[in-house]
Amino acid sequence: MKIKRKDLLGIEELSKEEIETILETSGSLKEISERAIRKVPYLRGKTVVNLFFEPSTRTLASFSLAEKRLSADSFNLSSSSSSVLKGETLLDTARNLEAMRIDFVVVRHSLPGAPHFIADRLEASVINAGDGTHEHPTQALLDLLSLKEKFGTLEGKKVVIVGDIVNSRVARSNIWGLTKMGADVTVCGPPTLMPYGIEEMGVEVSFELRKAIEGRDVIYVLRIQKERQMGGMLPSIREYIELYGITPERLKDAKEDVIIMHPGPINRGIELDPRVADGKHSIILGQVTNGVAVRMAILYLLSGGQSGEVSEA
Amino acid sequence: MTIKEKGIVMDEIQVKRALVRIAHEILEKNKGAEKLVIIGIRSRGDFLARRIKEYIRRVESVDIPIGILDITLYRDDFTSIDYKPIVGKTEIPFDVKDKVVILIDDVLYTGRTVRAALDEIIDFGRPNEIQLAVLVDRGHRELPIRPDYIGKNVPTADNELVEVQIKEVDGVDRVVIREVEHEN
Amino acid sequence: MAKFPKHKFVIRGGRMIDPVQGIDEVTDILIGSGKIEKIGNFSKKNVESLDVKGLVVTPGFIDMHTHLREPGREDEETIETGTKAAAKGGFTGVASMANTNPVIDNSGMVRFIKDRAMQGGYVEVFPIGAVTKGQEGNELTEMFDMVKAGCCAFSDDGKPIDNSLMMRRALEYSQIVGKTIIVHEEDLNLTSDGQINEDFISTKMGLKGMPSIGESTMIARDVEILGFVGGKLHIAHLSVKESLEIVRQAKKRKLDISCEVTPHHIALNSSCLVTFDSNLKMSPPLRSRKDVEVLKKGLQQGVIDCIATDHAPHALFEKEMEFGSAPFGIVGLETALGIVYTELVESGILSIAELVEKMSVNPAKILGLGEKTLKEGSDANITIFDPNKEWTVDVKKFVSKSNNSPFDGWKLKGKGVMTIVKGKIVYREGEFQKLASL
Repeated sequence: MKIKRKDLLGIEELSKEEIETILETSGSLKEISERAIRKVPYLRGKTVVNLFFEPSTRTLASFSLAEKRLSADSFNLSSSSSSVLKGETLLDTARNLEAMRIDFVVVRHSLPGAPHFIADRLEASVINAGDGTHEHPTQALLDLLSLKEKFGTLEGKKVVIVGDIVNSRVARSNIWGLTKMGADVTVCGPPTLMPYGIEEMGVEVSFELRKAIEGRDVIYVLRIQKERQMGGMLPSIREYIELYGITPERLKDAKEDVIIMHPGPINRGIELDPRVADGKHSIILGQVTNGVAVRMAILYLLSGGQSGEVSEA
Repeated sequence: MTIKEKGIVMDEIQVKRALVRIAHEILEKNKGAEKLVIIGIRSRGDFLARRIKEYIRRVESVDIPIGILDITLYRDDFTSIDYKPIVGKTEIPFDVKDKVVILIDDVLYTGRTVRAALDEIIDFGRPNEIQLAVLVDRGHRELPIRPDYIGKNVPTADNELVEVQIKEVDGVDRVVIREVEHEN
Repeated sequence: MAKFPKHKFVIRGGRMIDPVQGIDEVTDILIGSGKIEKIGNFSKKNVESLDVKGLVVTPGFIDMHTHLREPGREDEETIETGTKAAAKGGFTGVASMANTNPVIDNSGMVRFIKDRAMQGGYVEVFPIGAVTKGQEGNELTEMFDMVKAGCCAFSDDGKPIDNSLMMRRALEYSQIVGKTIIVHEEDLNLTSDGQINEDFISTKMGLKGMPSIGESTMIARDVEILGFVGGKLHIAHLSVKESLEIVRQAKKRKLDISCEVTPHHIALNSSCLVTFDSNLKMSPPLRSRKDVEVLKKGLQQGVIDCIATDHAPHALFEKEMEFGSAPFGIVGLETALGIVYTELVESGILSIAELVEKMSVNPAKILGLGEKTLKEGSDANITIFDPNKEWTVDVKKFVSKSNNSPFDGWKLKGKGVMTIVKGKIVYREGEFQKLASL
């Protein structure tokens, strides 16, 4: 199907067909990274700016590679997250970009809705690389691609997402994506880290890890930030590991062929035991490879500042 | 706008004979199958390429490597079309360096598809030679591109379409001409 | 017939609705020397006559929760522009909140507000004084002195009085002057960093939520203190069902407690937040549909005493930001009547008389401003509105300096047509006249 969007701001608003188109296109573009000359001329002459208000190495690297492999001119603008401290408001930043004639803006910001704010004010295509605790759509898409490669279809597959759900944009985007593709999703974590009313997103909630991972095809492990303990949400990291850490012993309660995923970066020894992270169940590195392909697919499918490209009907 | 069928230019037998002849011509010109690789352009050139590879195998008992090329990302017309075509997979499971690449497409028209294919192949490496085989040449070149092997020359008018149908995709092997009539 | 008559004039043929006297009839009103001289059906020669046939004539509305931003943020609103907006909205008086810069925490500042209002204002301004000096929550203000200067109530609104001992002292001390303490109930520990209501919407949007218990637990605390030491307590912008229940029980105990609700908490709910529009960001936040239902019933049952706008102007450059950085608050003076009439009267939840109680009689009673009724000899503070007027909100046409409103483009029924303050027509069909003009 044709994707008639100017921007990619979240998974919530995508239809199942749109997700399938993105995954199919990603599959085709994957081999470009395997060629001797890892480049195709599609975005030649187009300008992409990576506007990162929050630090990131991996997502930024992945986007940069995707942009360059499509021959785009890509550059990075980072600034401190608080626009008030910086002095230039997000509004002015958006206006300046417009004046510079940019085709794509990839935005990562600590406040939900910041990419939407920019997208409303620019003709360029805006891609959300993570807005606060709201969504991280490209992460969810690369996760879905990895699962599709593994299982063929996601219909009926049982997934459990474990960890700091309330603060996780990755969890939210993945819940949208997985439920739209027909998977059965459970979220598991300490009650203090479980957001209010999350069942309304179509998931089961569990506070007990053992029950939650029984019979699941996929365990998606979220990063636990050490600062959570200081925020009073958890009494100690030690107790978190005891209750929710994914260790080889824990996996005994899971299916034989369960797969382990993680959005990275991993806190080895905290939410994920190194033996599991590097073990036979893990497809974590595969997720990273798919990240570049998915981001290339998004850049291909969005209109990229060509207003004539987005036609209705 | 209406499209009506004008006539069948090649039927099943004619298509088969043309492909067999092309296979022989390839072997003749290259003095055998050594160093040959065959690449078909999606989305019908790849099926034609498979057939030619099979005919070559029957004649020379050599299995030449085959690849499929999707030229979507190399097109030159993205600013003038209003949709994003589906990108198919490109699969070149061999090294093109020092090889003679036989590039196959169903219809040669303006030459832009072949131009895109040439750029893409060269991004994979430096072949010795690239030779072009097409089932139908309908004229109206816009770039200096010429085929080495032709199934049939079919002179056409601008408002005509030449469509190659393939059993694997369309259920029948034949080449038809259609006429496009614009409403006044 | 002059637009703004200089001498006596009659407003003729309007439907007078006066809940205090239980009157609802078509009649004429003769106004002169700032007072209502005569009510009845009469013909007067040599007196200017204004035809208000088909319109509703009521005692003047009072908004008991307005932020006029002067002194300190005159870029957002001034006493002049704020009272102009009030006049357009059909209000004859506003109670101005004390959280200006500097804070209204002494009699000098109270006099400043009153003077500015008298010089350049369009409606009466009843200054609310701060409960604590600088609204810092440490020391009580000189309430007696401030009331002498014209203060009508006390509030640290903008902030909660989070120290319970301070709340106790405020309720005790205010009994000297018999004025109510208006409280912004919010437990900052529970609501810290919160942006919107805590419910499925906040979970979906990844925004930190402000739970209902942030409001209700503090009301429960203050009701107990009120019961223990006495005094008068008024809950500002009550927004959740739990809070309503607590107030209901407190009233059963015959405690001197009152509460208000804003038009936006009746017209909107958290599911309106489909985009990250900062014009939907206020404190308390938009709550759930269930809360809105309960609040409407609370108005019907009389548990909620009045409707007040919490008019909070903000500069465009501050609101036009990513949601998390934008300040809380929306303006409300120019849309209040239309919203309330459309949501409550048109839908049959309140009668017009009950609307007048909520917007005129009760606010005046709570603030000790006397009985709001239209009697011969009383001050001529009159609101005249057209209950059938259908209009579309256009924020660009607001007379307030700010236009941070979520109601742009809304089609409403009910609009202020004429506003009379102390016998002077300050607003009439798009034109204004200051109180101070001759």
